[in-house]
Amino acid sequence: MEITEFLDQDQKKDLLRLLTAGSVDDGKSTLIGRLLFDSKKLYEDQLSALERDSKREGHAGEEIDYALLLDGLKAEREQGITIDVAYRYFSTAKRKFIIADTPGHEQYTRNMVTGASTANLAIILIDARKGVITQTKRHTFLVSLLGIKHVALAVNKMDLMDYSEAVYDKICDDYKEFITPLGIPDVRFFPMSALKGENVVDLSDKMPWYHGKSMLEYLETIHITSDRNFEDFRFPVQYVVRPSLDYRGFAGKVSSGIVKPGDDIMVLPSGKTSRVKEIVTYDGSPNMAFPPQSVTLTLEHEIDVSRGDMLVHPDNLPGISRHFESMLVWMDEKPMDLNTQFLIKHTSNNTKARIDSINHMVNINTLEHFDAKTFELNEIGHVTITTAKPLFFDAYKKNRQTGAFVLIDPRTHHTVAVGMIIDKTNARQAHRITQHELQKVAQGGLLIDPVQKEKRFNQKGHTLWITGLHGSGKNELAYTLYRELFNQGATPVLLDGKSVRAGLSRELDYSPSDRAEHLRRVAHMCRLLNDQGMLVICSFVSPDNAVREQVAEIIGPDKFHLFYLEANLDFCKSNDQYDIYKKADRGEIQHIPGYDMQYDIPQKTQLTLNALEKSHQAETIFQYLEKNIIYPVS
Amino acid sequence: MSKNSYHINNLKELEAESIHIIREVAAEFENPVMLYSIGKDSSVMVRLAEKAFYPGKVPFPLMHIDSKWKFKEMTAFRDKYAKEMGWDLIVHYNKKAFEEGVGPYTHGSKVHTDVMKTQALLEGLNKYKFDAAFGGARRDEEKSRAKERIYSFRDKFHQWDPKNQRPELWDIYNAKVQKGESIRVFPISNWTELDIWQYIRLENIPIVPLYYAKERPVVNVDGNYILVDDDRMPKEMADKAEMRMVRFRTLGCYPLTGAIESEADTIEKIVEEMMTVTKSERTTRVIDFDQEASMEQKKREGYF
Repeated sequence: MEITEFLDQDQKKDLLRLLTAGSVDDGKSTLIGRLLFDSKKLYEDQLSALERDSKREGHAGEEIDYALLLDGLKAEREQGITIDVAYRYFSTAKRKFIIADTPGHEQYTRNMVTGASTANLAIILIDARKGVITQTKRHTFLVSLLGIKHVALAVNKMDLMDYSEAVYDKICDDYKEFITPLGIPDVRFFPMSALKGENVVDLSDKMPWYHGKSMLEYLETIHITSDRNFEDFRFPVQYVVRPSLDYRGFAGKVSSGIVKPGDDIMVLPSGKTSRVKEIVTYDGSPNMAFPPQSVTLTLEHEIDVSRGDMLVHPDNLPGISRHFESMLVWMDEKPMDLNTQFLIKHTSNNTKARIDSINHMVNINTLEHFDAKTFELNEIGHVTITTAKPLFFDAYKKNRQTGAFVLIDPRTHHTVAVGMIIDKTNARQAHRITQHELQKVAQGGLLIDPVQKEKRFNQKGHTLWITGLHGSGKNELAYTLYRELFNQGATPVLLDGKSVRAGLSRELDYSPSDRAEHLRRVAHMCRLLNDQGMLVICSFVSPDNAVREQVAEIIGPDKFHLFYLEANLDFCKSNDQYDIYKKADRGEIQHIPGYDMQYDIPQKTQLTLNALEKSHQAETIFQYLEKNIIYPVS
Repeated sequence: MSKNSYHINNLKELEAESIHIIREVAAEFENPVMLYSIGKDSSVMVRLAEKAFYPGKVPFPLMHIDSKWKFKEMTAFRDKYAKEMGWDLIVHYNKKAFEEGVGPYTHGSKVHTDVMKTQALLEGLNKYKFDAAFGGARRDEEKSRAKERIYSFRDKFHQWDPKNQRPELWDIYNAKVQKGESIRVFPISNWTELDIWQYIRLENIPIVPLYYAKERPVVNVDGNYILVDDDRMPKEMADKAEMRMVRFRTLGCYPLTGAIESEADTIEKIVEEMMTVTKSERTTRVIDFDQEASMEQKKREGYF
């Protein structure tokens, strides 16, 4: 073959990443050594160095000890075991391979999980003399936990069992029984002798009863492209490229799905939408991008996008939440301290995370559940997590890229745990999960164009928020406004403290934290109603400036209109319809803003109305609505 | 559209992975630097950085640690391309030791490497307070590198502790460091030597001409052909020079880097030679033979 021909062919090869699990005793290193050796990867001088080492430290008698080729670090060589993940590279005429070589000992679950995280396929070795043992189950569980879709069970050392078909069948049956509930989609079986090279590269004539492929042929031909998720477009923005003031490119790796120029996209968490203008790469502008490509996207509109945001298709949103359930593997020597506020890294997002509860632990040998108060090194369990800001995620089973995260200790900066998010619809504690962030973007507004709604209702879907002390006349003004708007043909919705507290916020009291939660709910209701085109009138004391700002943020600052009804306490006391101040005077109730707690006078309002001038209040507001084309719009 | 349209080949997958890593570092570290050795792997790494931020500029500087004993052609190449490509290039060397005249012929390869490479590197990193440094090391180069992380944590003394490396899963990299600590980042960890050559060929990446075979004046030292690159080579050695058709598989300090006899004067011929003459590339670096597991030792001390 001409060398250019060789290179052109080589260029077309794809890459398969595989994990090998099993102990040295199972012949794992021998298998890897043989795959490398027989694919001509072992360079001459590595071999001669090996012969030198073998004489000094070898464990395999006269034969070449393949394990020595693989054990890199000196300390490990002295112990005679591999203690970390080592990556090996080899290539055949059909494919390139990266082997993550991980040890099989129990205390090194951490390493196996690491190797499995990037693998397409796992080879699990069984010693034919021992059959399916605890270690096999452990490895298989970890492989399924990390979402590997293809498992090759190598029943090794068949030479020591006289290449018996019966022995092999029994092992396969045992394994199938164990593996079924784990739901690994593709499992294959290989009778093999790695030491003698039977069924490793070439089919063995010692086992004529076996009609499948050799291990290498299987590795060369297995189809892995469709393992990638091409359905759900997820593009975590890594970096904003700004070569000039008027150019903004959003750089990232396509986690999943396919994107094309002209695609409608939504930015999370802002919910803003735009269209893909161009897919930019150093090598030109392709007409689509798919996983795992690293590209840069430019958008039609100038909207705010930064690192940690995610671009998605608006009709296919990920989970958006601060609360989720996950499988967690503890990787640190120091046990988990539940009081720690961890740093969490998920896609290109960094925030803080708290473990709300440990729901159960999994015994990786028996797969039985048990309860525990904390995690120790190599323990695996099911947890509920709350993050400081919402994450955009999918179930790990559906999407390895957006379902995975790591926890980092804020003091030591160790990567202490890794997690795989569970499909949130299966969450047992779904009732505890607030879905408001999801609603924020999954607005009904998406179904019908906001402009069409404006035309139908002749109004903008905005919120008019009246703040003021008890007795300042907020409700009266709100009712007047509501009646007038309705009479003139608008479609207003009225929300006030009394009606919301009667149901939606029934369990909340008047303490500052419950007031904040109460108003958060109201704000989200406003947001939903606004999205449906409703003009919402709100009458709430809302004494706290920060909370009012939060409300404005949830509703959207451009849709939020703050009207302050200014009144002194004496006026309010004289206008005290519900005897609130009288009760407070008698000490029966507390937390009355402007009386025994702070009322922040709003600094930035759209209108400030004098409580004494009742006759002008509604009129002033109507002028404001007209001027700002909130109602009427035509 | 068939599923085949979404097929991605090995090099494109490696490229995408490397670009992702480079962007992560640029986004998460305050003051990263890319260590540029002028070698072929470095050249590929720099191209990947240019791709990562296209059409913008690479947002961090390159730094070359000059041992002052590099091949002349390397230095010339470095200066030419840095200028042409508009790289923000820092060249750092151990000034004190250089003035004291430290070199491989007078102080031996071990002292020279330690002082002019390892110490100079640490000095350069400290001087500019870099919190992340990209290196062009590959896992398939050498045994102790097979277990290296993409983000390799270094303590305040730039030391590597193979037993105390952070778990690294998926493509999520832990970029948290305390003041003074740093991360060495290896974005081309998963590339093999053949991948590098193939990429250089496909992308037309310029490399130092020393990689190509040419008649050069060399001295045979214990089976390694050492180039007579300047008059610092001891006279009694230089006198033994003979013209041979040779090329270099790796580049470093000229007295410590052996050439191989070769006719390969194109990338295609280099690959052909590589595939047929099977000798792994680091064997032509004399420093590796200094002691058992020497690379691991050097890594612990702060060298890559």
